[in-house]
Amino acid sequence: MSDVAIEVKELWKVYSKSKSGKVVLDVDDEELMRSIEVSEEDVVAVRDLSFEVKKGEVFIVMGLSGSGKSTLIRCLIRLVEPSYGKVIINGYDVTAMDKKELTEFRRYQTAMVFQHYGLLPHKDVLDNVAFGLKLRGVPKKERREKAMHALEVVGLEKWANYYPSSLSGGMRQRVGIARALVADPPILLMDEPFSGLDPLIRREMQDELIRLQEEMHKTIFFVTHDLDEAMRLGDRMAVMRDGSIVQIGKPAEIFANPANDYVARFVQDRREEIRKADEQIAALNAAKDKEVNSDVS
Amino acid sequence: MFPEAWEFHVAQHLNRGIKILIQNHSEGFDAFSNGLLQFLLGVQSALSTIPWWGYILLIALISWFSIRRIVPTIVLSLLPLLIGVFGFWDLAIETLAIVVVSVVISLVLGIPLGVIMAEVKSLGYVIRPILDAMQTMPSFVYLIPAMMLFGLGKVPAILATVIYALPPVIRLTCLGIELVPKPVQEAALAYGATRWQLLKEVRLPLAMPSIMAGVNQTTMMALSMVVIASMIGARGLGQEVLLAINRINVGRGFESGISIVIMAIVIDRITQGLAKKWDPVKKR
Ligand SMILES: Nc1ncnc2c1ncn2[C@@H]1O[C@H](COP(=O)(O)OP(=O)(O)O)[C@@H](O)[C@H]1O
Ligand SMILES: [Mg+2]
Repeated sequence: MSDVAIEVKELWKVYSKSKSGKVVLDVDDEELMRSIEVSEEDVVAVRDLSFEVKKGEVFIVMGLSGSGKSTLIRCLIRLVEPSYGKVIINGYDVTAMDKKELTEFRRYQTAMVFQHYGLLPHKDVLDNVAFGLKLRGVPKKERREKAMHALEVVGLEKWANYYPSSLSGGMRQRVGIARALVADPPILLMDEPFSGLDPLIRREMQDELIRLQEEMHKTIFFVTHDLDEAMRLGDRMAVMRDGSIVQIGKPAEIFANPANDYVARFVQDRREEIRKADEQIAALNAAKDKEVNSDVS
Repeated sequence: MFPEAWEFHVAQHLNRGIKILIQNHSEGFDAFSNGLLQFLLGVQSALSTIPWWGYILLIALISWFSIRRIVPTIVLSLLPLLIGVFGFWDLAIETLAIVVVSVVISLVLGIPLGVIMAEVKSLGYVIRPILDAMQTMPSFVYLIPAMMLFGLGKVPAILATVIYALPPVIRLTCLGIELVPKPVQEAALAYGATRWQLLKEVRLPLAMPSIMAGVNQTTMMALSMVVIASMIGARGLGQEVLLAINRINVGRGFESGISIVIMAIVIDRITQGLAKKWDPVKKR
């Protein structure tokens, strides 16, 4: 067995207003490629990406909003049809699959966690978590037991019979994670799963993901626009801009040696944040000291 | 003036076509007509075995469980008494039977059609104009051929009612499915839902409120056809209205008109209440 989990080769995605959404590219046709670059109607969301993700690795894709991260992660399981290129996951050529193979592949090889949770509002928490198993045809009793177990893992067993609408954002995303875990696929795809959450909750969820990953050793493909998150979670990361990867490597290396201004700006922002946080903490401590003093007097 | 030489009439061809249809396929039409009539009679006798207080009780129960407020429940269940007081109870049951049969046929045809229209986008371009035509075409235009094919009576009345009442449930079923949030559908696909699973597990349940609104509208449209349908022999409450108009009997017209309105209000509130009950998105 090779140790490569995800292999992406020369991947392109072009959205088009005129050609009813579907574009099939031929990268050797120079004229076509030029016309797409200049066209107002075509948006190149993913541009000629090639990279590998190793098994058991947490691979981060970071970039500003609109840089093509969501498109890339969706291309991996063809929720968005790639326009050109190959995606090979665990040895399966995803881009060559027919509908049936693809459905089967999605059921067993991958699970996805979405920024906006993507929970089913008409099913309770337990049935939401059991959903992937239901699609596979697992009998009701068995899938509910497994779902209950997954809920215990994320600490939501008491909420099994509530509906998603009555949960907070952080709890909803825990349900989303439980839904992904219960399917027990080798690969987790996460598209900005914590971006919608308060900083404190976000932090907590990141810690939880780290804890889970220590036990699971899954391959995690994790999209974020937050360098802090990337540095905490990532084994390796790719920085995206306008559909291309501008730098790829270990988060600490990228933090230390940004390849260009774009990457440097992320790093700069992060350094700025750290400085501000330090200031705030100092101010808080000062205030506390004062309070203690006034209590005494 | 429009050039006279360009005039071309399809009328005589249509007339001939209908004639040929009647001559060559009369057994087919008779069989269909008989089947429909049997269905209607079955429904009607079932409805008439329920005593008047049974209806009051039923309405009270349903509205209590769906609305859960005392005053509307009492008002809704007592209103139909007025129909009996005016002496129209049996006619109202007859009308109810026609409405029930028409609505059942409309839903059996309309919900699957609405689903297909949402699933196969290109079909919409064909179906939508037909629906527009069904709703705007003056009903007498299709009452005439329906009468020629099926004679006077309840069968052509039901057909006319179905034609008129079918579009809303098709449209609202389709709309409901189209409005199901994309992220939820995407999540289902990501976990390996087939097209059928996506429809059954996500699209249909989440389209339920819209579909139920379609059922409600279809029922109201069917009820509003009863007067017109009685012109071709559907009897029931509509016939009372027609008679009153013919005899310029304002009082009787008022009584029968009010009876139809009462039926409409009760059916509307009850179907709306049930629609809310069946909304699968629980708030808890
Ligand atoms: N369905 C779509 N149709 C057309 N353009 C799209 C579509 N989805 C995304 N895009 C465009 O593709 C680019 C990349 O978007 P996206 O992958 O969502 O970026 P990110 O997730 O990094 O914010 C953006 O310019 C966006 O406007
Ligand atoms: Mg995105």
